[in-house]
This record gives sequence, structure tokens and C-alpha cells, in this order.
Amino acid sequence: MQALSDVDFEVRNGEVMALVGDNGAGKSTLIKCIAGIHGYDSGEIVYDGKPVHIHGPKDAAKLGIEVVYQDLALCDNLDVVQNMFLGRELHDWLYRLKEPAMEQRTVETLSSLAVTTIRSIRQPVASLSGGQRQSVAVAKSVQWNSRLVILDEPTAALGVAQTRQVLDLVKRLASQGLAVVLISHNLNDIFEVATRITVLRLGRDVGVYERARTTEDEVVHAITAGIPTKVAGIAETDPTVVS
Amino acid sequence: MSSDVDVAAPGIGLPEGGEPDEPEGLGRRALVNLRSGNLGVLPVAIGELGIIAFFAFTATNFFSSANFVNVIVQMAGVTMLAYGVVFVLLIGEIDLSIGYLSGIAALAVAEFQLAGSSHDYAGWAAIALGILIVAGIGAAQGAIVALVGVPSFVVTLAGLLIWQGVILHVLEIRGVIVIEDNLINDTANYFFSDRDGWIIAAIIGGAYAIIELSGAIAQRRTGIPLRRTALMVAKLAGAAVASFGIVAICNKDRGLPLAGLLMVVFLVALTFLAKRTSFGRHVYAVGGNAEAARRAGINVARIRILVFTISGIMCGVGGVILAARINSVDLNVGGGTLLLDAISAAVIGGTSLFGGRGEVRSALIGSLVIATIGNGLNTGGYKTGTIYIVTGVILLLAVTLDTIARRLQARSGR
Repeated sequence: MQALSDVDFEVRNGEVMALVGDNGAGKSTLIKCIAGIHGYDSGEIVYDGKPVHIHGPKDAAKLGIEVVYQDLALCDNLDVVQNMFLGRELHDWLYRLKEPAMEQRTVETLSSLAVTTIRSIRQPVASLSGGQRQSVAVAKSVQWNSRLVILDEPTAALGVAQTRQVLDLVKRLASQGLAVVLISHNLNDIFEVATRITVLRLGRDVGVYERARTTEDEVVHAITAGIPTKVAGIAETDPTVVS
Repeated sequence: MSSDVDVAAPGIGLPEGGEPDEPEGLGRRALVNLRSGNLGVLPVAIGELGIIAFFAFTATNFFSSANFVNVIVQMAGVTMLAYGVVFVLLIGEIDLSIGYLSGIAALAVAEFQLAGSSHDYAGWAAIALGILIVAGIGAAQGAIVALVGVPSFVVTLAGLLIWQGVILHVLEIRGVIVIEDNLINDTANYFFSDRDGWIIAAIIGGAYAIIELSGAIAQRRTGIPLRRTALMVAKLAGAAVASFGIVAICNKDRGLPLAGLLMVVFLVALTFLAKRTSFGRHVYAVGGNAEAARRAGINVARIRILVFTISGIMCGVGGVILAARINSVDLNVGGGTLLLDAISAAVIGGTSLFGGRGEVRSALIGSLVIATIGNGLNTGGYKTGTIYIVTGVILLLAVTLDTIARRLQARSGR
């Protein structure tokens, strides 16, 4: 079965590219290809102007591509520091953990992202609010010098204030020069933070819209009834990811 | 907590909630722990004190130094098994084969040391071989769980039957194998002289102080302010009082048992493994959220296999001590309430059956509770049935507490 065909997707440094589409449009498949979780049969990934091959999550991580999965990123029973370094703990030759160093780097990362609502970095993640948890998940993904961060539905299941918190964080990531891909069903959120919007429909891309020059109605129309051709007025982009 | 409504305006951010080391930090921490489902050892410690007080007044000969030493020796074997159980429970699995695995280890050790046979190995070699065998069995069972995906309950239930069968096969013909090797028997029957006991107490108290203080100094060097200084002083004083107190009581009778020291040595080593190494961190992560652990790049199957191997090793250690206590291996080896006592010990001590929460020390504390009840009801002249009923009720209480704590955790999250 073919999940995606003829899809061009591009994200630049310092921009938030929203990826929207109805259920089954192929959003998740597309990011899984970029993250190395799925393979792809044909197509090309261009990163930093050079063609690259991504055959597994490790390849993606090596390139600086990190994905923040909805609700699957954190261990509730571990504290903030433990989650931030999960799987990549700092340790000495005896495999003894370097807790102070990890605490220090956690504090630095969180403050560089202006995540200030977490009272103690030693409290278990279970005791954090949804917005705080999402912030920790994002901070975890960016602390490894990542350059492309993909957020899968980061505001689903969050309240108003907590959504605010996460959206601010998304803007801050882009303003720090990272390329950000945001998958969401919520057009309000998207129109607030996105620089550009890519719409997928039935496994094809039906257009790339610049936020400043489009309306919610136009995007909704593209999601529900878009025709898979290039939309006039938008320059043709090079195939797939360019960061 | 008010933090749920805190919103950081872009770039501004609320003032950091007073850093985590406020004077009321201890109380707050306890509250946070409680809300997130970490009951800690407090309920069990209080329960144990109650049990001791009850028997001190009702059972003659209970509150004596001789009986104190008895309890230490009686609980040592079960405690070793329970240490392994803690790791298995931490990854959210169960190991029902531990009772008879310890029996297999005891049987192997007894066979290897057998004088007059073709394999009359030295005590230490027999012990090493016995432990190696059950470590291998544990690893094999773990591999079936981790790589094939058969539920651990079924794999280890099959193990329980298989290893019991093996023991019956061998011992129905052989009857009883007597252990004559001194080193093996010493694991349960050696008592340190008064002077050695004091030296050991000093070493344990001193080593604990050095580790705590060096950790604090390392933390200070990175510029993170020291938290909970009062707690640290209290812990150091507590460790010193406990180690010297225990030796003082033992010295009034036969002296500090080697089995007691072994319990402490394994407690320290396994706590280090669980809390201070990346392996231990991954064990907690797999129990907390295996999918998150996998996406963080942790080899989940490897962790599961290693944990079942640890369980096997601890069965070996416990099996040797249990056999040494009666200087022999017979048809009952590894049977009786051993399996249930070991799992109950870990759970009563506060390790969650649902994975991800618990400490190695909970095995020691839970095992102490079970041994105290058994010993107290025995010296008080109660029947075995009463011991089972009381232990069962306490186990039910412990699991109920755990379940309630987990509910609270689910509620406090999000």
C-alpha cells in the first residue's frame, strides 16, 4: 500500500513549519520517514544542502533530528533530570552517574528555553502538569545540539494556559535558529506560531501556504478538498527536507 | 500545586519557586513523594515497631539478644531472594521460579562439595558454580520473556514446576545430601568475635559517612547549593547508631552473624547498582514506561535479561545460606513459603507490583517484618496457621497501600 506519493516538504532554519491534514493524510508517516522509523521506497532527503540517507533513528539523531512524541517521551516515575538524560546518562568509567553535572546541564537547558514554571528539577515527572511535561519533553530533545525538532501534536490534551506555555516554547525554539516542524489539528495554534503551513491530503501534498498570506478558510478548504497540484503564487520547492 | 496555573510569559518567566532548598523542603518533599505515589519506608517502619512492641509484651523470650541474632540468621536467605525480586518487580515483571531456583543452587552446591565423590570441590568453588548455574537459568528465562515475548508469569511458573521436578528427581533417590564444607556452612553459622564485630560496625558507619560526604562535596564543587543538610546529618548519625547498636546487641549473645554482614554487603552493592549506575536508571525507566525507554535508545530486552539474571544470582546466594542453616539439602529445599515470603518481603517493604517504583532496601525491611512475625508467633506459641493468616493480612495491607498510592499518582499527574 502506498501511504505517500509526490510529497514535497521543506523546513528552513529558524522557521516553524506546520504540517496539517485530516486523519490518514500521511502526516505521521512523513515524519516517521524523516525520523528514520519508517523506510521510504523512493525520494530524496536533502539536509544542509546535501543529500543524506536516514535508515534508522540513530541516523536521524546523528544529523540533529529529534522527534517529540505525544505522551510517549517521558517516564512518569523518574524525575526531570533523569528523564532529560534518559538513555544518554553522563557516567564515569565505573558507570557511576554524574548527577551534579546532569543537574547543572538540566538547569541550563531549561533556563535557555525560559522554562521557569518547574519548581524542582528533582521532582518526579508524574507530579508535573501537562504543559510542564511537554516542556520537559521538548527540552530533552533540544539539549543534544539538535537542529530540526519535530513536535507531534504537542498541545493535544492540554488546557488553555498550558497550551500557551508550549506554543511560547515552540516560538522560542524557532527564534533560536532551530528548524521546527509542528503537527497539529488545531488551526488556532498553527496560525499563531507557524511561519508556513504544509497541507497533506490523502498522501499527497496539496500546497504550502505562508501564514501571512493565507486564511484559516483557505487552509481548511485545502485539508478537506484540496487538489494535489502545486498552488499558484507559491514558488516550487526542492524535494523534501531542506534544513 | 499552584504550578499548574503558572504561565511563563515569553522571555519573562515567573521567579523560580524559591529554589528547591527552602527550610520546609523536607516536609514538602515528603508531600510531593506521597502525592506521586512514593510511600517510602515510613508505614512499614511504624508497622515493624508495632509488631516488635506487641511480641515484646506477649511472647516470652522474644525480646532477647539471643532471639535478635536468631531473627537475623532466619531472615538472611529470604532477604537475598527478595533483593532479586525487587529488580524483577522494578521492570514490572514477576519471577515465580525463585524458590526452586534457590533449591537448585543449594542442590548443586551440596553436590559439588560432596566429600568422596569425583567432584569434591572446595567450598568457594562449589558456591561459585552453584550461583553460576542459577544465573544461567535466570538469564535463559529472561531471554524467553524479553526476546520471545512470553509473559514472565507463565515462563517462571513453568520454571517453578520444572526446577521442582528436577529437585524431586535427584533427591528422591539420594535422600539427604549433607554439607560438611565449613566455608559453606559458615554463611549461616559463623559469628564474628566481639572485637571483629566492633571493627565491622566502625567500617560500615565510616564508609557510609565518607560516601555521603564525598557526594555532598562533589555537588558543592559544581556550585549547586547543598540541600537538606539536616537530613544528611540525621542519616549519618542514624547509620552510626544502627551499626553499633546492632553489633552491641549481637555481642551480648553469639556475636554478629556473617549472614547479617552479607545482607548489608548485598544491600549496599545492589543499592549502588540500582541508584547510582546507568544500568539501574534504565531498570527504573523500563518499569516506568518501556516505550519511552525504547525511544530513548535503551536496549529494553537486554535490561530485562540482565534483571532476570540478577534474580537468578540472588537465588543462588540465598539458596546457599538457607542450605547452610540446616547443613544439608533435602526434599523440602526451595519449597514451602520461600517464594511467597520473598515476594511478600519486597512488596511489604514498599516495592510496587506495577513496576518502576521501589528500592532495594524495601526487601530488607519487608523481610524483617515477615521474619519478626514468624519468629514472634513461634516463640509466643502460636500455630503455623496463625503465622500464615497474619502474614497474609499484612501483605494485603501493603498491596492495598501501593494501589492507593498509584491512584494518587495518576491523579496528581496532569
